[in-house]
Amino acid sequence: MADTILSIENLSKKYQGKVALNSTNLKIKNGEFVALVGQSGGGKSTLLRLIAGLEPMTSGTISQNNQLIHGINSNTRVMFQDDRLLPWKTVRENITFKKPKNSETAEVVNQLLERVELQGFADAYPASLSGGQRQRVALARALFVNPEILLLDEPLGALDALTRSKMQKLILDLWQERKMTVILVTHDVHEATKMANRIYVVKNNKIEATFENPLAYPRTDATCTNLSTTILNKIIDQD
Amino acid sequence: MQTLEENPHNIKINLAKILTNLLHYLLPWTIPTLIIISWQLASINGLIESTILPSPWQVVQTTITSLQSGVLEQNMAISLYRALSGFVIGGSIGFLLALCTSLSQTLNLLLDSSVQMLRNIPHLALIPLVILWFGVGESSKISLVTIGVLFPIYINTYHGIRSVDSNLIEMGHSYQLNSWQLFWHIIIPGALPTILMGVRYALGVMWTTLIVSETLASSAGIGYMSTNAQSFMDMSTILMCIMIYALLGKLSDLMAKSLETSLLNWQIKGGMING
Repeated sequence: MADTILSIENLSKKYQGKVALNSTNLKIKNGEFVALVGQSGGGKSTLLRLIAGLEPMTSGTISQNNQLIHGINSNTRVMFQDDRLLPWKTVRENITFKKPKNSETAEVVNQLLERVELQGFADAYPASLSGGQRQRVALARALFVNPEILLLDEPLGALDALTRSKMQKLILDLWQERKMTVILVTHDVHEATKMANRIYVVKNNKIEATFENPLAYPRTDATCTNLSTTILNKIIDQD
Repeated sequence: MQTLEENPHNIKINLAKILTNLLHYLLPWTIPTLIIISWQLASINGLIESTILPSPWQVVQTTITSLQSGVLEQNMAISLYRALSGFVIGGSIGFLLALCTSLSQTLNLLLDSSVQMLRNIPHLALIPLVILWFGVGESSKISLVTIGVLFPIYINTYHGIRSVDSNLIEMGHSYQLNSWQLFWHIIIPGALPTILMGVRYALGVMWTTLIVSETLASSAGIGYMSTNAQSFMDMSTILMCIMIYALLGKLSDLMAKSLETSLLNWQIKGGMING
């Protein structure tokens, strides 16, 4: 049985007195692909931002590999809906951001670019790339440091259907190759059931339900329909 | 055997490229050249009185004479010194002030409303006051240019820094950048397009301020040459001074543009602006 990589206990977050996340408990095992689904404002992005250390928690604890997390969690990387690439840096410079330039890092970048099918774009600037290409650069940048946990905050939300489907496959392939832990926040239940092996419904600022997803990969829309419908009903149910 | 260059088709393409490039460079000069030719012809044919408007050739002759006597170089050097000194002092103050108000909430509360109040005073309205304080020496001209340049640099730097994408700043935090790294790697590059826009605008203000201050109260400089020439009804010297101001303005604009091109290379290569 895989070890627990992330343990969250009684985690709460308030913004100016308003509850954004209420006494949440969560345990994620090493190598899992977990999805947090729910309607906007339910607290799923807040939970992800707390795990990344981008927001201070109001109360509770987050520990990764039994180490309490305070401030920025350097063993994670976040990929957001907007690519957050620095427009004045090339693709290569964005990926290696803050790391020294040497032949070793250059080789890692080349391998990553090849993996995300962007070989030949190392010296391009973000403005010359399409939305899908920019998200692939953002993915390569997140993977460059080999994070223990990859946090995905609706990273495919702004992409067209075809690009989105390709990106879903790419993320799944990379997850399986690298055996990393992935936490995906999405409002798209079908995306969650296609990608994750456990799905949490975040609703009313807490985790309302957990669904195991034993379906074998590769999954299709047809194989995921039943579970998607059950989760969707759970999200809509008590509103 | 025929080489690639010798191929008649390639020669035609190269010739067309050279002609297109030549046209690209020459086209902007068409209207000024036509005006000067028409002006010269009108002067030769007596359609324009030389006492009202001397011919371009007369202006050229006056310029050559002034250069030979050394008067023009001397006055140009003084004007350039005033312009550059005022620009460096005003630009530095404006930039540093904007850094303080845009990066520190406390300093913003303390300084920004006062700066905004002062900004709304037309700086040329301060000429009488500056003359009374500093006389007609160098200090008054440099002070006026300093005040004129300070505010465009301040406003653009402030606005540029405040407009840096907060998501990029958060990205920097997630990479655990310290304050200096955040400033150097994200804030300054993000604000640079707006700051450079301010520099370009400030250069225009710099020349305008210098012309007015040198014309009103000066004992040297291009503006002084022009005012002095007015006393002797020396129209060609007045026109020469106007032309020199125009050329210096164009030159500084070209320099600012080339600075933008080199520092904002990523915008051109990324296709954000047409180079």
